[in-house]
Amino acid sequence: MMTTPLLSVRNLTVGFTHYTGTLGLRPRVVPAVEGLELDIDPGEILAVIGASGSGKSLLAHAIVGILPNTATVSGGIDYDGTPLDSARLRRLRGREISFIPQSVNYPDPLMPVGRQVRLTLPRSRAAQLQQALFARYHLDEKVARQYPHELSGGMLRRVLFATGVTETMRLLIADEPTPGLHPAALQEVLSHLRDLADDGAGVLLITHDLIAAAAIADRVAVMRSGRVVTVESSSSFTGRGETLRHEYARRLWRALPRHDFWEGVAP
Amino acid sequence: MSGALDSRSVTEAPGRVPAAVPTRGPRRGRGLARVICVRVARLVGLLFGVSLLAFTLVYHSPVDPIAAYIGAEASPTDEQLAQLREYWGLDRSFAEQYLAWLGAVLGGDLGVSRLYQAPVLDVIADRFMMSLALMGVARLVSGVLGYALGVIAAMNRHRLLDRLICWYSYTLASTPTFWLAILLLTLFAVVLGWFPVGLAGPVGVPGSEVTMAERFHHFVLPAATLSALGVATIAMHTRERMLDVLDSDYVAFARARGEHGRRLFRNHGLRNSIVPALALQFAYFSELFGGSILAEQVFSYPGLGSTLVDAGLGGDVPMLLGIVLLSSTFVFVGNLIADILTVLIDPRTRDSL
Repeated sequence: MMTTPLLSVRNLTVGFTHYTGTLGLRPRVVPAVEGLELDIDPGEILAVIGASGSGKSLLAHAIVGILPNTATVSGGIDYDGTPLDSARLRRLRGREISFIPQSVNYPDPLMPVGRQVRLTLPRSRAAQLQQALFARYHLDEKVARQYPHELSGGMLRRVLFATGVTETMRLLIADEPTPGLHPAALQEVLSHLRDLADDGAGVLLITHDLIAAAAIADRVAVMRSGRVVTVESSSSFTGRGETLRHEYARRLWRALPRHDFWEGVAP
Repeated sequence: MSGALDSRSVTEAPGRVPAAVPTRGPRRGRGLARVICVRVARLVGLLFGVSLLAFTLVYHSPVDPIAAYIGAEASPTDEQLAQLREYWGLDRSFAEQYLAWLGAVLGGDLGVSRLYQAPVLDVIADRFMMSLALMGVARLVSGVLGYALGVIAAMNRHRLLDRLICWYSYTLASTPTFWLAILLLTLFAVVLGWFPVGLAGPVGVPGSEVTMAERFHHFVLPAATLSALGVATIAMHTRERMLDVLDSDYVAFARARGEHGRRLFRNHGLRNSIVPALALQFAYFSELFGGSILAEQVFSYPGLGSTLVDAGLGGDVPMLLGIVLLSSTFVFVGNLIADILTVLIDPRTRDSL
């Protein structure tokens, strides 16, 4: 590769310690993500797809540095060509590195959502910027004064976008940002991600939606059991997937309802 | 729970057009009025029940109020005893006695204390201020200190500081009040002589002439005893809640947005972790009442607790019932304050009032 990738994940392993043995005292590390390798270039969307439990969210949490204390991490993450240690990560989070979480349970339940969005904005312009963000994500100004439990799932998704995406962002880690959105809103979120990438940001899009991933991503990484089994060009997800390099990717693609799936089900 | 269901059924009554977005203003207003009415009704019921129970217990108590009043020295004739019995209305039936008392209370008269030879309300007002000062300071110190220790312990989970705080809390939580009181008394009053052994002022000085400095001097040990014990519970509850908060998704998300340290605590930790401390401080007024009685006895501190004990042992029924009514109201109001504060902090609990 000619240019330095924006984000480069090298041999990342995330494990959880379990205690086994008759007394429950013998620690055993169970790897959940193993030897994972990924690159994201500026202006690129890399989609990560895979079944539930394949380690997609752990990958996102490891990059952003919010894994629980019980997790052990090894391997390296480089950002902009230099290692992303915890001190550097702490400086970059919320400025250059943004994160959109998977669940709508991620906003603080005891704070009106408008205030939560303003927390990460520059103080002098916070109110103004928050209003602009709410307008951008079609959120009523009234919503700003409401608490998370008073909002619908779709509204909370948009709040999460407004909270996560900042002006100075260069890398966006979006952990399944689309479930619960109606088709029009889904389309909008996807094209918004594409716009962010076209403006120069690198986007890691974790999703279950292979069709959406193939439509907007540049490359698609397929995860299985904590490993990246293949990284395919998104243009290969077409027809019956003949140009896909890996058998598992081809099987995933063909298992979609609009492909060979019905042949298998039909009598 | 029933409150939540009722208020919902009101908004969804037939003929009303359900609003697309729940309008909370009018519903909350109506709800609050209802909540207050229900609470007041409950308080009246509670006071009635508690007074009846207390009266029943006193009526059947082996303490003879007349013997307790007269004391061992005097030897009255049977005729005098019968006169006194009639004067105090002790010859009447249980129901008559209780209803007479109830009627007077409804008229605003709590009666005259037999032991103190003064209106019950005056005695209570005097003693209550002493107890309130003691309880107030103990609550405040234990609340602030307990909350701070709990947060510090959680932030240093499993490290030395956390273990020290846990060790301190578990030890104190399993310490009886009177024992700690005696221990403090032995060390600071007897051995070191820093503080007086008891009472609220120097011996032989009329209450009106006791200076603030002297009051404070006498106040330190009982207040310290009650504070030290309160700290343990609050610290442990706060620690648990704070650990949950630190493991929560919203703290992870806040970290991912660049918040950390004190800013993270101020924005997300404080509000989410303070509810147990507040609930304990206000909802467990009763615990302090009990604790304060023991501490007051050890320190001979003239608070409500020691007055209650004297009234019980001396068969001073009007005094006893007066204190019972007051402490029930106090506990009730404490719970109400705890509920209101919880709802103010956590709007999700709004329907639980």
